[in-house]
Amino acid sequence: MSSREEMLARIRAVTADISGQPEVSRRYRPAARGPGSADEALVGLFEERAGDYRATVRRSAAGEVARVIADAVATRGAKRIGVPDGFPAEWSALLTDVVDPPLDVAALDGLDGVVTTVAVAIAETGTIVLDTGPGQGSRAFSLVPDYHLAVVRTGQIVGAVPDAVAALDPARPLTWISGPSATSDIELSRVEGVHGPRTLDIVIVAELGATGRPARLPFRSRPGPRPPHRALASHFRGTSGLRGRSGQRGLPKCSTEARSST
Amino acid sequence: MTFLGMPTAPRGVGQLRQEAPFPVAAARALEDSQLRRNLGHATSTIRAKRAAAVAEVPDWQELRAAGAAIKDDVLAHLDRYLLQLEEQVTARGGTVHWARDANEANRIVTDLIRATGQRQVVKVKSMATQEIGLNEALAAAGIEATETDLAELIVQLGHDRPSHILVPAIHRNRNQIRDIFLREMPDAPAQLSDEPTELTAAARAHLRRKFLAAQVAISGANFAIAETGTLAVVESEGNGRMCLTLPRTLITVMGIEKILPAWRDLEVFLQLLPRSSTAERMNPYTSMWAGAVEGQEFHLVLLDNGRTATLADPRGRAALRCIRCSACLNVCPVYERTGGHAYGSVYPGPIGAVLSPQLTGVADNPDLPFASTLCGACYDVCPVAIDIPAMLVHLRSRVVDDKLAHHRGPTPEAAAMRGLAWTMSDPRRWTWALRAGHAGRLLGRRYDRIRHLPGPLAAWTSSRDLPRPPRQTFRDWWAERSRAEGEGDDRA
Repeated sequence: MSSREEMLARIRAVTADISGQPEVSRRYRPAARGPGSADEALVGLFEERAGDYRATVRRSAAGEVARVIADAVATRGAKRIGVPDGFPAEWSALLTDVVDPPLDVAALDGLDGVVTTVAVAIAETGTIVLDTGPGQGSRAFSLVPDYHLAVVRTGQIVGAVPDAVAALDPARPLTWISGPSATSDIELSRVEGVHGPRTLDIVIVAELGATGRPARLPFRSRPGPRPPHRALASHFRGTSGLRGRSGQRGLPKCSTEARSST
Repeated sequence: MTFLGMPTAPRGVGQLRQEAPFPVAAARALEDSQLRRNLGHATSTIRAKRAAAVAEVPDWQELRAAGAAIKDDVLAHLDRYLLQLEEQVTARGGTVHWARDANEANRIVTDLIRATGQRQVVKVKSMATQEIGLNEALAAAGIEATETDLAELIVQLGHDRPSHILVPAIHRNRNQIRDIFLREMPDAPAQLSDEPTELTAAARAHLRRKFLAAQVAISGANFAIAETGTLAVVESEGNGRMCLTLPRTLITVMGIEKILPAWRDLEVFLQLLPRSSTAERMNPYTSMWAGAVEGQEFHLVLLDNGRTATLADPRGRAALRCIRCSACLNVCPVYERTGGHAYGSVYPGPIGAVLSPQLTGVADNPDLPFASTLCGACYDVCPVAIDIPAMLVHLRSRVVDDKLAHHRGPTPEAAAMRGLAWTMSDPRRWTWALRAGHAGRLLGRRYDRIRHLPGPLAAWTSSRDLPRPPRQTFRDWWAERSRAEGEGDDRA
């Protein structure tokens, strides 16, 4: 008997006693805010939560993207920037030293940074997901260089993890990114910047909402203090008050303060 | 002993067994005050963070119930889901291998690496490969495996063993880590301080060359979706992304219980796992891939190694729900004091105390089910609601049954229990025995408590006092009282 047949036979023998497995009850919050449904509150929550993970988040009007990207890249002192196939040309128009694919690993290692689009962004967790689609490059593309700037259209922001799972294609290679690379391996204190990009910038681009009306956004091109989105955040947390105010960074760090503030 | 005759994880390979009895190993660990300080600091930090991360989620208990139910469904139909996974992975260009135990898995991986002609591989932190002792097997075959997770690197460079599921170097503090780096890492800067940021930067520089040159990588898997053949690795540092993405050949070793039936099920587990393990809303990086992607060669090794033996016990099989978050370690009063090494197995703490003895058979880890106060904190935090305390009690009974079955002649414990049963089965014998207990009053004269029992009973009082028997037994008191009342009635 092959190992395969033997393992299957073992499993069948030992699970023979299990019968009438009840249906899995899914009484948790279901997917509710898919792509194209983001309002200002959801965009604000994404902005705040991504910021909690030490990503620097900027907002941009649709016509301003090239300037906002060029500003962000310049702020980081990055020059040689990889721009993947399918990245909108009008967004990379003001980058001066653009390197086009294909790029092997050594070439990627020689870049200062890359710009990509994303497949989906999750407000509640401050996560962006890349699926190697147009404008995103290969998985290595957004990994090897030390600086990653991701452009998120407001219509790509979904509410929570179930919304993202529903919106993604399980056959594609997916990379879920929440802030720059980090470790807690030394005394369980969080250190940003290990093997992945040590710097993550996110540019949120305002676009037409699902209703066809422009989402009303306070366009802003520079990061700065902004009002917390109390009502929505408490919806997602189920508690009153808001734990992670912008400026008060990182969930882990704020756990003790959070107790006193809630 | 095997349960229902299912083969357990073989001896002589991997790291699932206690080397010394837990009480001995724990006593040794407790003497290390540095270890206790490191553990106390780390576990109290993560406990507070986890509590905050979980409190944010209004439907945590619903997610937890769904997580438990999904995993129970996996276990009930494991054969079907494994075949489905195999079909999907194969259809997408991957190759699936089946390994009955650690030796077979090690052999499969070694042969796959040999076929590539490579002598060096990079590894993503993986409990399954720790469990089967893959690094040692590869070293014996002349293949050098480099651990790329920071904590695993610290353990590997320190010629040490992991002591925590999530943070294997939790027993080391920053000073000790700096010393290990300076001693073992040729490219570490001479002026290296003990700042975690500097230590992390040194590890980044050290591993970068290896990542960019690596041709073969070995990983574990957090989840495997039967429906779509998608595998998921959840991590923080980016070493996982490096290993999963850059090398031409990827070999993933996963326990057969890691399956989830449907793509949709990830919506539950990607909420449960990060908040339970690193206490984050989401871990920095999660990679998912289905089959061979981006021109890679992909091999998936499905590992039994005692899992079917665990599945055979209806009261123990829920241990296979475990998603290796390590929340139970961080809240355990025993783990917090002894650390992970005392458990012997790569799975320490409460989950290890129920998992290791089942994977190996209780005869090979007989102390672990007793390494607990049964306080229940582990059950409270478990994201898949494994009732660890109840399972510990059940496994204790299996340990006793196993000893009875294998011990030549009665054990002292069994003899005592049999004597007790004989005494208690007859009221006169019982009354006599209780009165004989008066003799015990002689022992506790000085402190009004019995501090040391004589002879073989001394073990009982080695770590606890015994109350001094009362002057009068309850039965004598009751009889006296009834007599007195009876006399009263006569007078009335």
